[in-house]
Amino acid sequence: MKEVKKQGGLNAEIQSRIGHQLRAMYDDVVRQGVPDRFAELIRKLDGPEAAAAAVAGGDTDKNNGGD
Amino acid sequence: MPLTNELRDDILASVPSLRAFAISLSGNGDRADDLVQETLLRAIANIDSFQPGSNLPAWLFTILRNLFRSDYRKRRREVEDAEGNYAKTLKSQPSQAAHLEFEEFRAALEKLPQDQREALILVGASGFSYEDAAAICGCAVGTIKSRVNRARSKLSALLYVDSAEDFGPDNTVRAVIGGNGG
Repeated sequence: MKEVKKQGGLNAEIQSRIGHQLRAMYDDVVRQGVPDRFAELIRKLDGPEAAAAAVAGGDTDKNNGGD
Repeated sequence: MPLTNELRDDILASVPSLRAFAISLSGNGDRADDLVQETLLRAIANIDSFQPGSNLPAWLFTILRNLFRSDYRKRRREVEDAEGNYAKTLKSQPSQAAHLEFEEFRAALEKLPQDQREALILVGASGFSYEDAAAICGCAVGTIKSRVNRARSKLSALLYVDSAEDFGPDNTVRAVIGGNGG
């Protein structure tokens, strides 16, 4: 296949195949939904202050005390 | 705006695509989830600066992308370690042949320059308009268009020209590439 080179613009069929693979790869992850850790994280945070404290401390469990 | 329950739900609804974006950028599932967590914390910490009615996913993607880029500069050396991690993030393992094709595609994607890769993902997979993608990346719309085009043409060269011989059983594509259908 050495003599085969891209000639000018991209072939539409190749483009569509790339688009398909890209979306397939991406959608595999999207279909996993929301992992529990993120649902819990959002639920736990009372507001901006709690989130800011977690960003600063780097550990959400330690910085979101006072259940 | 204040962190209403509705806004919490909207943020949560963006998590699956934020993860997909993070994994596509970093090629590493664990690091991607750390990025998503950091993105959520920063988004909520700065929720007052979010304009009600504006594009929430685009706002969240911008935060994640900026985090990734600052993180990337710090940890450039560790990036090469990502081989195979992507597949581990999948719940259902694809068939052997599909898996091979998938790995080839992922490897080709990682060979793209970062600017081109993120532009292609935002437009081609996340479904953002060129305008939104430009806002997320902080550049002109024309720049995004040209990055997407260059990304596509490079992927095409990596996947369908150099190794067209061993790429899947799709005779239509091969015929188109080779110019002779058999």
